[in-house]
Amino acid sequence: MSMFSIFGVSGSAISSQAQRLNVVASNLANADAVAGPDGQSYKARQVVFQTVPMGDQATAGVKVQNITESEAPGRRVHNPHHPSADAEGYVTHSNVNPVEEMVNMISASRAYQNNVEVMNTAKSLLLKTLQMGQ
Amino acid sequence: MLEQMTARLDAYGQSLVLRSHRQQVIASNIANADTPGYVARDFDFAAALKDATGGTTRQGLAQTAAGHMRLSGPQPSDPKMAYAVQTQPSQDGNSVDLDRERANFVDNTIRYESTLRFINSNVKTMLSAITGQ
Repeated sequence: MSMFSIFGVSGSAISSQAQRLNVVASNLANADAVAGPDGQSYKARQVVFQTVPMGDQATAGVKVQNITESEAPGRRVHNPHHPSADAEGYVTHSNVNPVEEMVNMISASRAYQNNVEVMNTAKSLLLKTLQMGQ
Repeated sequence: MLEQMTARLDAYGQSLVLRSHRQQVIASNIANADTPGYVARDFDFAAALKDATGGTTRQGLAQTAAGHMRLSGPQPSDPKMAYAVQTQPSQDGNSVDLDRERANFVDNTIRYESTLRFINSNVKTMLSAITGQ
């Protein structure tokens, strides 16, 4: 049944986008985190999507292939009184760019909405098909 | 006689199957709107419908013995898939144009619903024709 696989396709997209939103939330929450005792500050994370074939050649879902960490240098702020300051008086914050994360969040939520709409449409079409000939 | 009554339903059935297939293809495109390297796909509906209904060679079940009955009715057809034309090239190689896909999706939905409505009214017509007054 071809129409039923729409739920699988859009469902995989929804869960992937939800994971992307999760990563964005984690990045934003750690935007101001400073380096821990090991000297490593939080690194911004990004999801990488990958196409997953489902059934025939025309049907393709999505999955999160892996989560990469940004290698950008952390934001350094001069604050000699901070307990985590280094010898030069600098504190290393995470390398999260809040503007980038907000854009990412909006993009993920729009993609999520699109897929929910696709599922709703498929559902109403299937319900109408069930009433065929009545 | 009975075949004449249901001949039109046959064509509608084929069209419905193809519409649902296209709906699925567009859903895949929308689902992969953010996947790097994904190439949007689609198929030519008119050509696929012509293939499924108009062609002399019917796809689907083959009659391999003399005793086999000829089956009419919608049979699973496999339209020729093609790649959608890229309108706004992007750095990650993804060729999904979300605006176009959404427009195609809505268009396909409405056409699916109209096909359903044609079938329903055809059934009503047939029923009223065979009902004794």
